[in-house]
Amino acid sequence: MSFTENSKKQFQKLTEALFAELKGSEELNISLSAEDSEFVRFNGSKVRQNTAVEQRNLTLTLQNDQRKVNIETTLQGDFESDYKLCKSLLLRAREETKTLPPDPFVVAMANNGQSENDYQGERLTFDKALNNILSQTGSADFAGFLANGPMIRATRNSKGQDHWFSTQSFFVDYSLYTVNVDGENKAVKSVYSENTWNEERFSNKLQTSLNQLSLMKRKSQSLKPGGYKVYMAPGATSELMGMFSWNALSYSAMKRGQSAMAKLYNKEKTLSPLFSLKENFALGLAPQFNSLGEVAPTELSLIENGVLKNMLVSTRAEKEYGVKANGSDISSWGHEFLRSPEVMGGKMPEKDALAHLGTGLFLSNLHYLNWSDIPTGRITGMTRYACFWVEKGEIVGPIKDLRFDETLYNCLGSKLEAVTVEQHIDPTVETYIARQLGGKKVPGLLVNDFQFTL
Amino acid sequence: MLQTSLSISPERNAFDIHKSLNLVKAEADWVGLRYVSETQHARRFRNEHSDGHNISLDCGVMVEVMVDGHFGFAGTSDLSNSGIQRAAARAVSMAKTAGRFKVYNFTESQRPKAVGEYRSPVYKDLSSELLSDFSETLKLATQALKVSDVIAVTEAEVTFIDTHLQYASSNGSDVDQKFLMAVSHFAATAKVGNETQTRSDNGPRGRCLQIGVEAFDRRELLERCRVIGDEALQLIKAPNCPTDTMDLLIDPDQMLIQIHESIGHPLEYDRILGDERNFAGWSFVKPQDFGKLQYGSKLMNISFDPTVPGEFASYAFDDCGNPAKKEMLIKEGVLQRGLGSLESQARLGLPGVANFRSSSWNRAPIDRMANINMEPGTSSVNSMIEGVEKGIYMKSNISWSIDDYRNKFQFGCEYGQLIEDGKLTKVVKSPNYRGVTVPFWNSLKAVGKAEDVGIFGSPFCGKGEPSQIIRVGHASPPCLFSNIEVFGGG
Repeated sequence: MSFTENSKKQFQKLTEALFAELKGSEELNISLSAEDSEFVRFNGSKVRQNTAVEQRNLTLTLQNDQRKVNIETTLQGDFESDYKLCKSLLLRAREETKTLPPDPFVVAMANNGQSENDYQGERLTFDKALNNILSQTGSADFAGFLANGPMIRATRNSKGQDHWFSTQSFFVDYSLYTVNVDGENKAVKSVYSENTWNEERFSNKLQTSLNQLSLMKRKSQSLKPGGYKVYMAPGATSELMGMFSWNALSYSAMKRGQSAMAKLYNKEKTLSPLFSLKENFALGLAPQFNSLGEVAPTELSLIENGVLKNMLVSTRAEKEYGVKANGSDISSWGHEFLRSPEVMGGKMPEKDALAHLGTGLFLSNLHYLNWSDIPTGRITGMTRYACFWVEKGEIVGPIKDLRFDETLYNCLGSKLEAVTVEQHIDPTVETYIARQLGGKKVPGLLVNDFQFTL
Repeated sequence: MLQTSLSISPERNAFDIHKSLNLVKAEADWVGLRYVSETQHARRFRNEHSDGHNISLDCGVMVEVMVDGHFGFAGTSDLSNSGIQRAAARAVSMAKTAGRFKVYNFTESQRPKAVGEYRSPVYKDLSSELLSDFSETLKLATQALKVSDVIAVTEAEVTFIDTHLQYASSNGSDVDQKFLMAVSHFAATAKVGNETQTRSDNGPRGRCLQIGVEAFDRRELLERCRVIGDEALQLIKAPNCPTDTMDLLIDPDQMLIQIHESIGHPLEYDRILGDERNFAGWSFVKPQDFGKLQYGSKLMNISFDPTVPGEFASYAFDDCGNPAKKEMLIKEGVLQRGLGSLESQARLGLPGVANFRSSSWNRAPIDRMANINMEPGTSSVNSMIEGVEKGIYMKSNISWSIDDYRNKFQFGCEYGQLIEDGKLTKVVKSPNYRGVTVPFWNSLKAVGKAEDVGIFGSPFCGKGEPSQIIRVGHASPPCLFSNIEVFGGG
């Protein structure tokens, strides 16, 4: 029996047994997050570390009498041990619901339906993975990371709700390095991700990276701080869009004075008519159900032609603030976040991006973004990897990395000149605590007078 | 009312690390088991109401093997005999396959025999506090933070982390370490019209210590919360920090991130070796810089010190069994030593420290910080202020960013106060500053005294592939820097 099949069987048996333990008006939601992964870290086209991880994590959410307690635990994988453990945790949760003061914003559990999605590919064997990757990258200075194996997200509750999402996938998140004519280290970045390995597609991806790397060997261009016209390739756009998940579009954060999009909500500011953002679960990158099994609409328009249409609203926020929820999930810190964002394409063909840029900066990636002034939506961060100085639509050479400090209201507002027709999927490669699901679909952006400060 | 304490006792099968080790020890040249059992208790109140009670129990074993000079790791939460054996077989198989492409030929000297134990210094453990009493303290804290109707949001959050770490190996290692840690966040948000300003207790979750429930003495905590509330009121009325070049006095709760980002990370040997360059980045520091690079002014003395009682990342042994001890990283401004484990030391041929650390049983150890501290100097806070003609005093980090080589940084603080002609004057909001690492540290012109050292840390240092979040401690006195580029919001 496969890891996925076994996990499913165990999950169903365990949840049924725990639901049978409930008393009176108690409500119980049980979520599963599981993976059977192989991780390989590469440096200099060699293996630095290799790790296998098999883990199953269960979260019990017990509610009663306006009290709510979450208890998460790792599971051993056999029913008797896990049942004994979870039953003791359920008893603990019960004690807590009898001890804690009330939480006025606890939302009663409901049956949010049933669903089952299983995206199975052919599992890449460890031996084949190493041979495939290192045989093709051996001549380059290759650093990267392979994550491979099945992942599961599931949730059931005592009201009858039952959702299952499993996938068998891998990604190779990598960078290639060279030294340019000035003796400086230069690099390019890419990700190859699928359900089933395709030798030709990986090879093509790698060749594109190698072609880009050859441009990095040119002399470095040292630029003074100031405003420059920039083309943000999809990798850079994706980094920028990540900031919308850091409280910006969270309705809860907005009500608590922590959203960088409060001025958009209050209609003090607008964004460019060229900019539209939505949640789109049709991309198939992440489960449509959230951690409580609430199902989001397949599409939810957030910003349409520069105008705010919706913020992300959880059912908890609905109860607290009286606005309608839209299936959004809420982090352990109490804020809603994007799970499957798509920035809509525009009218500029990607092949014409350099010509439209004219003279300015081509930015493949950005790095280490953070809010530098939340009320004005101002972000600081760095350029990284393949970033070039461009003159008259031709690449001159790589730049020395620059720090920027610019507001979203500017770069997605009055300074946004064009958006590419093409959109690209940027799969998540996050592996903190466990492998994460999701990704973004984003185009390239042409932005005028983007402010660099250091 | 139930007499439920903060302590939790789940019914989990007992795990005997020595028995488990005997199951697998013959399958490789060397075998190690690292067992981690950790319970986190996160309690949050907002505006007098319960706002989240999240408990997480993490328990598993990392089986580590060495085969022909290459390590294989397999982590499992299945602690049965068959689960451990299956993980061991997988680790051996991966080590054999990947060993054909190994980056270095390691030996058992990277896994020295280690025997000993460690216990966090704790006066009141979790069983000594009732859940109802602790909840009441947090609720009262949210009330104390609301010093005026202008305070729109008050938050009180405490996370206790109770960790048991065991390590045993085929060459006789037997280590048992127990930690109790507390991370707290108390904050008040003032709101006038559409403008808001938040002030917190040394920055969001900057208060991180190895400590017990004694950290939350109700009277002392409520008084601190009233001060936080008052400072939020000051900020909502304050002008923006000016844009100028001036002297910068940094409080310990901002020094923590300055040390972390511009000293800790660039000195990590795995960054210098390039292991980290596909993720968090490389380093401007080169192997030949050790013993030579004038990293900062002569007042700069930086230590790696996992032996400070109560500091967040104190321990007795790292995850390969290297005994922890204090080492000077920078002495009188000159770079002396980097943050490298026994594996990285072998690869680089440089001395290092005991810093091979993993976030849990499901991750392999890598080079990390532990406690990276600024050693105290001789200047009082008053004397530093008196010596400044035009400057600013910044407190409590809220924004941080630095490039992948750790050169160009920008940090933002919650609270700023101008220094004019040797005196603290008006409060300013949204104070930020930026600089470049080595010139910045060479502009260090005064270091505070031991009595003004603040011990802080972070629970969220991210690094590695697969990624890991690890806990770090940073202690520092206030420090004064000259001619720094500062600016505000807007």
